[in-house]
Amino acid sequence: MKIIYTDVLVIGGGLAGLRTAIGAKRRGHDAIILSLVPPKRSHSAAAQGGMQASLANSAKGDGDNEDVHFEDTVRGSDWGADQDVVRMFVNTAPKAIRELANWGVPWNRVRRGDHDVIINGKKVTLTEEDDSHGMITARDFGGTKKWRTCYVSDGTGHSMLYNMSDQAIARNIPVHERVEAVRLIHDGARCCGAVVRNLITGELISYIARATCLATGGFGRIYRSTTNAVINEGMGAAIALETGAAALGNMEAVQFHPTAIFPAGILVTEGCRGDGGLLLDADQHRFMPDYEPEKRELASRDVVSRRMEEHIAKGKAVQTRFGRHLWLDIRLLGRAHIEKNLREVNEICRYFLGIDPAEELIPVRPAQHYSMGGVRTDHTGQSPTLKGLFACGEAACWDMHGFNRLGGNSVAETVVAGMIVGEYIADFCDSPESEITISTAVARGFWEEERTHIDGLLSGGGDESSVAILAEMQNVMTDKVGIFRDGETLAQAVDELTELRKRARNIGVKTQSLGANPELVAAYRVRRMLKLAICVAYGALQRTESRGAHFRNDFSERNDRDWLKRTLATWPDNDSTLPDLDYEALDIMRMELPPGSRGYGGADHINHPDSAKRQAEVDSIRSNADNEDRFAAQAAILPFDHLLPKILRGRNARPGEPVQ
Amino acid sequence: MNNPRQLKINILRYNPQLPDNKPRMQQYEIDEAENMTLFIVLNELREQQDPSLQFDFVCRAGICGSCAMLVNGQPGLACRTLTTSLDSEITLAPLPVFELIADLSVNTGKWMRTMSERMEAWIHGDEEERDIRQMEAPMDPDEADAIYELERCIECGCCVAACGTARMRDDFVGAVAINKLARFRLDPRDKRTDQDFYELIGTDEGVFGCMSLLACNDFCPKELPLQTQIAFLRRKMLKSGLQRRD
Repeated sequence: MKIIYTDVLVIGGGLAGLRTAIGAKRRGHDAIILSLVPPKRSHSAAAQGGMQASLANSAKGDGDNEDVHFEDTVRGSDWGADQDVVRMFVNTAPKAIRELANWGVPWNRVRRGDHDVIINGKKVTLTEEDDSHGMITARDFGGTKKWRTCYVSDGTGHSMLYNMSDQAIARNIPVHERVEAVRLIHDGARCCGAVVRNLITGELISYIARATCLATGGFGRIYRSTTNAVINEGMGAAIALETGAAALGNMEAVQFHPTAIFPAGILVTEGCRGDGGLLLDADQHRFMPDYEPEKRELASRDVVSRRMEEHIAKGKAVQTRFGRHLWLDIRLLGRAHIEKNLREVNEICRYFLGIDPAEELIPVRPAQHYSMGGVRTDHTGQSPTLKGLFACGEAACWDMHGFNRLGGNSVAETVVAGMIVGEYIADFCDSPESEITISTAVARGFWEEERTHIDGLLSGGGDESSVAILAEMQNVMTDKVGIFRDGETLAQAVDELTELRKRARNIGVKTQSLGANPELVAAYRVRRMLKLAICVAYGALQRTESRGAHFRNDFSERNDRDWLKRTLATWPDNDSTLPDLDYEALDIMRMELPPGSRGYGGADHINHPDSAKRQAEVDSIRSNADNEDRFAAQAAILPFDHLLPKILRGRNARPGEPVQ
Repeated sequence: MNNPRQLKINILRYNPQLPDNKPRMQQYEIDEAENMTLFIVLNELREQQDPSLQFDFVCRAGICGSCAMLVNGQPGLACRTLTTSLDSEITLAPLPVFELIADLSVNTGKWMRTMSERMEAWIHGDEEERDIRQMEAPMDPDEADAIYELERCIECGCCVAACGTARMRDDFVGAVAINKLARFRLDPRDKRTDQDFYELIGTDEGVFGCMSLLACNDFCPKELPLQTQIAFLRRKMLKSGLQRRD
């Protein structure tokens, strides 16, 4: 068994993983990044529309600050988010944007003078101040009160990922490409690395590290219809689950994006609607204002996706031989705007649909897009139940998105979490806590277990096909654990997934190659994906309320009285058919924004008795506070500065709000 | 689709990991479907006919650069190539120049990392980074747009695979590297001078190695202005070279 030693093992080479490794390296710790693919191919590159940060440079961002971003994010989460973490996030996002500006991202900039834009279907002229000229600009996105989404055309994630990856190269951080972590090495209480399979040679190597960080992204590929890249199979979350010690949080919280092109499922950015695009039905009627008079096309994603499916169910969709869809109309934005600010959308329409979006309508239907759930961590990114295991980005649930993430908050989270968790990992490595006392025999145990697992697949002679099982799982998830859920269907889904898991024990692999062998990879991954799928379906079945993206026809209200809590799934015994579910209550008495109405989405909610009590407390602190100083009242209600690493503390300068 | 075409797909098969494996062409047949891309074709072949088939896809949306291969002899992104744009007999081969992993899968990542290290392809900013608590430095909006124009490269390797010079000398940096340095040269945040860039690229392995065949420009899936950038940088580097002689 070959062993590679390092201080910090980062699993995943997307934005979150790269930034974490840079943070640890900057503090003098060696870091190795593992990646399934060359890091610049990571799914971070697919983030098109932009990154939220309250810079307030542009006219429509005037008056924006951390407080507004905080409230938008908490409402967006349907009060499922951890408000401490949201505060840490909104305070770090402007720093992240500015760091990326230092590192080369060519953020689009404010131009002085008059500009015609489309708002609510009408042409409006905005005037930008002379003073703002050349500062980082922002566009509108769903669920936000201000134009806060900073962007680089519609290649924001690409630009961020390339410059971040170049920084990792500049800092000489090794990336071991085309490898896959298949087991975490641990003793039930302390994680100290991973068993890793080389996807070219098939070699299994043990990496031993003082800190291990999962930054492996989401698990969208458990669904048939998803915008996710083909590598987003959730293997990071799955190997954490297989430790039996680490927990996965809120796995039932799965986001569906309103505008995936139909039927290929490729994303077109929310920026289309942010910049003024409209949703139309089969009669080319703009239907969103009928449902959401206030926010229209720019309500949060969970709400827009539900309204679209509701409208389709009413028979208002376009019928095709592949199924039903609606239209996205960006013709009114004009060719010049599309070719400059929506050029990826333009290319996708040209290549995949053979249409010109400046002249024609784009067929769209909601598809799985984002995993709010993931490896449960505290605000430092560490698992509370498996020391030495960290997680950040989409793979983690620390938990800033609750039950629905706002557009533009995910690339923002990747970098912000990387900055914060990278520092905390460095602190951990600086402390005696990080010493490893686990014997290499423990690593050998996991290494041999995996060797046996793979040999068994190759020589077991099973007669089930991983391709068939994968497809059946994806169908169950899309058809039964989708946008609209109910108890009966979810129970069926859990049963069917359980049955698939039994069949998956008998998967056979025909291609007898230990090295590059896609059939073998599919076989061991589908077994792990099935566990994640069961966590999602079973968590959704147990949660008898509707919150954010989790909507139950049979329990259509948000129920703060009984369900203001986070689901924690663990799977201590591989032979058991279901995970253990546990619940962690959210403490309303600590909230800065106690639960209330979101202002969109229409649904009612059942109050928790503490909500009114806390609201009265918050109101009284605010009424006693100095109105001139927004920071004082905030600090009295929810102090958070001490939760941030020292170098990330402090205020953010913006127009009219200088920092000494 | 009424009367779908039957497609014949010829694939260059070779897995250097397997001891007795020899390169060979293998033909598959598949019924064409509506909106069928080579991504769909290859996945269907692997799922239904040959589970050992190797290829790379990640985003399947034309943005990540993983799936570049030779389609009927020409480099391109397989994921966004519609079969309707091709004859019913289609030949697929791995990109040349790059290390072969197996079948259609090549190691572009390793090549690109080596190139980035050699070319120091990252922003070389001020010694002291600007304080991130303070407002960002302003930048001319047109300048930001112009940088993004060159930053759209997805490191897919098509320009290198199409390059006559790269086929003859394996130390040639390729249009991808020249475009990258042009991007950093344009960026006011990068403090390097033309003399610094000359050190990196003012050589036969660099910008003077280009024979101006310019297939890079013809086959770039992102339609980057590679021809202009090579010509521009060559002129600037020539000037720097002459200045050094003085």
